[in-house]
Amino acid sequence: MRTALRLSMLALLALLALAPVVYAQGLEPVLPDPALEQRARELHKRLRCLVCQNQSIHESNAELARDLRNVVRERIAAGDTDEDVVTYVVARYGNWVLLQPPLNAGTLVLWLSPPLLLVTAFVGTALYFLRSRRSIPEAKPLSSEEQARVAELLGEERRG
Amino acid sequence: MRPALLVPLVVFAMVAVALAVGLGLKPREIPSALIGKAVPTFALEPMKDFGPGFSSEDLKGKVSIVNVFASWCVPCRAEHGLWIEVAKTGVPIYGLNYKDRPNNASAWLAQLGNPYTATGADELGRVGIDWGVYGVPETFVVDPDGIIQLKFIGPVDRNALETQILPKVRELQAKAVARAG
Amino acid sequence: MVAELGHFALIVALVVAAVQATVPLIGAARGADDWVAVARPAAGIQFLMAAVAFFALMYCFVQSDFSVATVFQSSHSLKPLLYKVTGVWGNHEGSLLLWILILTGFGAAVATFGTNLPPALAARVLSVQAMVGVGFLAFILFTSNPFERIFPAPAEGRGLNPLLQDPGLAIHPPFLYLGYVGFSMAFSFAVAALIEGRVDPAWARWVRPWTLAAWCFLTIGISLGSWWAYYELGWGGFWFWDPVENASFMPWLAGTALLHSAIVVERRDTLKAWTILLAILTFSLSLLGTFIVRSGVLTSVHAFATDPARGLFILGFLVVAIGGSLALFAVRAPALRPGGLFAPVSREGALVLNNILLATACATVLLGTLYPLILDAISGEKVSVGPPFFQATFVPLMLPLLAAMAVGPLLPWKRGDLRGALERLRFTFIFAGFTGLAVYALVEPRSAAATGGVALAAWLVLGGILPLYERTLRGGVSGAAARLAALPRSAIGMSLAHAGVGLVVLGLTVLLTWQTEKDQVMRVGETMDVAGYTLTLRGVASVAGPNYVAQRATFDVAKGGEVVMRLAPEKRSYVDSPQVTTEAAIEPTWLGDLYVVVGDADGNGGYAIRGYFKPFVHWLWIGAAVMVAGGLVSLSDRRHRVGAPAARRTRETGALAGAASGATE
Repeated sequence: MRTALRLSMLALLALLALAPVVYAQGLEPVLPDPALEQRARELHKRLRCLVCQNQSIHESNAELARDLRNVVRERIAAGDTDEDVVTYVVARYGNWVLLQPPLNAGTLVLWLSPPLLLVTAFVGTALYFLRSRRSIPEAKPLSSEEQARVAELLGEERRG
Repeated sequence: MRPALLVPLVVFAMVAVALAVGLGLKPREIPSALIGKAVPTFALEPMKDFGPGFSSEDLKGKVSIVNVFASWCVPCRAEHGLWIEVAKTGVPIYGLNYKDRPNNASAWLAQLGNPYTATGADELGRVGIDWGVYGVPETFVVDPDGIIQLKFIGPVDRNALETQILPKVRELQAKAVARAG
Repeated sequence: MVAELGHFALIVALVVAAVQATVPLIGAARGADDWVAVARPAAGIQFLMAAVAFFALMYCFVQSDFSVATVFQSSHSLKPLLYKVTGVWGNHEGSLLLWILILTGFGAAVATFGTNLPPALAARVLSVQAMVGVGFLAFILFTSNPFERIFPAPAEGRGLNPLLQDPGLAIHPPFLYLGYVGFSMAFSFAVAALIEGRVDPAWARWVRPWTLAAWCFLTIGISLGSWWAYYELGWGGFWFWDPVENASFMPWLAGTALLHSAIVVERRDTLKAWTILLAILTFSLSLLGTFIVRSGVLTSVHAFATDPARGLFILGFLVVAIGGSLALFAVRAPALRPGGLFAPVSREGALVLNNILLATACATVLLGTLYPLILDAISGEKVSVGPPFFQATFVPLMLPLLAAMAVGPLLPWKRGDLRGALERLRFTFIFAGFTGLAVYALVEPRSAAATGGVALAAWLVLGGILPLYERTLRGGVSGAAARLAALPRSAIGMSLAHAGVGLVVLGLTVLLTWQTEKDQVMRVGETMDVAGYTLTLRGVASVAGPNYVAQRATFDVAKGGEVVMRLAPEKRSYVDSPQVTTEAAIEPTWLGDLYVVVGDADGNGGYAIRGYFKPFVHWLWIGAAVMVAGGLVSLSDRRHRVGAPAARRTRETGALAGAASGATE
């Protein structure tokens, strides 16, 4: 019982350990130029929120996400291209913030696997068809005797 | 037995190994992109009552610790005593007061003691973003050239201090001495 | 006292499960009827004990007995009764207990309703099911006891995450678990078949309804979860490719493939080894999902509080259950002789294509979900695999599947006539193309992708119901109803389910293309325009709820100068949690949802307001509902209830005798 309490306290501490910056509903003033704001928003959707895990900063309510949204807006207002902004954020937080993993040595397997899997599946299936055709000889046409027997059986089934 | 039938088992075995290794990893800790890079250039205003401010220039010429803290951060309180101890050994510690209210921050330092060689107030959190801060507390070790050599995420406990942070500080100090000599 | 009773019931269930996992299996191998006979009553007792434990925990929640740690951690005396009840599965321990309740429930259902199963097969199935039960009961008893007491008892609980205090969310986990755990039946049947060394059409006929039921439940669970995210999380997202969502989506993809390949086994007595493998993999993916959710190896917005010890336990269980069954598969699969041959272009061929694409998609989702973990484990490098990756890989795999979905059902078995099938689809093709062109010409802003998407949706809906049309209405209106009633239910179900997919495609396409979004800081009296509606902020007031305080903004919504509705989004602060939730105001219209969220005050009398128009979003849920309806109609097919005629089974077993393991019936 005591251990349970201690464990739960530990769990609580662990939870607080990386105290995310205080939560607040993330809606803030936007760029006056709708075209620029649209660009900012598309960039927000590409960047992962650091404290909330698995949300983009566009969707997150965390304060750090709001700060980063504003950083993106400022960079855009200062005339940065989209790629400049991404580089700026990656320089500070690493490739981890990119929701779409960049293609590099570490992610080659990730990006190549889906097409390779598909090709493998099709090749495997083709082999299956070829083998099954080879292993079982073509059926001989039925002899007249057999045909009569088939007709008889079919007739039985229809009546029953 | 056809070898093809073993493929699912082999794939699963590989996944299981990855999962087993994964249990020991910390997915929530994002490594700093700044390790091995120069500290960002910044100049922070002083904290209320705890001058004289803190800038990137302060970090040149010696091994220093940079600690990101805030009065609203509960775990910061837990690690604070350790910084006071470390400060007594003469290692310079710089405090980056992250997104804090001036009065709260200075009351906090007045109450718990001030281990910092210098502190700066980052009320808007922009310098924090330049340092790649995403949770508080965070601690960095910076070498005499102003290169970030280590980042520790979360509250520092005695074990982390003595097995990770202080050894790094000593190693860098020894290197600096060797180079100077 | 009640808590101790529940704890005791779990211990009894574990002992019974251990007996059920061994005795009937040995009995079936040795032909000992009395040992085989243990299986059915044991399954019943196991279920009864799990139910006692479950309701004991529910009692503790309803009574707010905070001396029970689980209740203390996740309940609060001020919580409405409904959420005290649903709070039972709003935490790790209780949800695990629900999982066990459902697992034993499926076992008891087989014991009760599976009377047409040969006793040896039933005994083996129930034994395998009990092995899974032993794993989960041991897991809950040794690592996650829901009845752990704390002393002294706290006066008040710590509260339930307010995001979870919502009817949509409260009921979605039971459906998800019914789905995940339902696939355990397919797994148990597959392992039992491997032990027997025999798979035949009768086997497929028994296993298919369980799989279909699980698939329906999982579809409901996923849709409810997605619907909840849509209206509760405050930005109208409905799918995030989050690891926990993927954990439910992978068994769904594999289960969908299994449903289709089981048809081939049932009708044509072939693809047997593959179907067995799929049955094992589908449940394995359910288990893997449990591991992902409860071990903390991946970061997710939905995960339970995690604990590495639990992770290690589940991993051990995964290795035994999945590793064991896959090893058994490797050894026994060669005994499963393929039956009927078929040409690549045929109904079977179409179902194989379905399986290739679904399996590849499933593997892709698995890889994307686990990749951050794998890379971190190998090189220490951290990456994020987010929605852009899944969209880039998943969508191209789905497009050919969707295109082929209308064609497959028109192909005959064994050797198909592709040209004939396409000719029957001529009108469908013309109509789909025309719909696409109309959309391209009429809807602004123009979008080529959306044109294709809408055309595809029309192709699917119309193509889906084409076989029904051909077999009923084409013969004239009179007698169509009678002809419909005479059709096999499974045929009607398939048409519905395929048309439902088309509706989902329609909703997705229109929503993702023409959704509009607007952000504005508004003061009282100011207006905002969203998709032809004018929203006027009338006021913002504090409103007290049972355990929260809300900031409620009221809007008049006008269209064409006339006030047509009033909307009141809220932002809630809970007394027992620091979290704040948004309650979006959502007004459904025929064309889509008007979706308004209120944010922070700016301190000068202004409030941050976000307004969306989400066109056709309701077709996502309608489509899912139609898919489920299709599943249920198919489930009601007479064939599933009657079971395979005994004569047919003996004839086919004769042909497969060489493969049989010597089991007798």
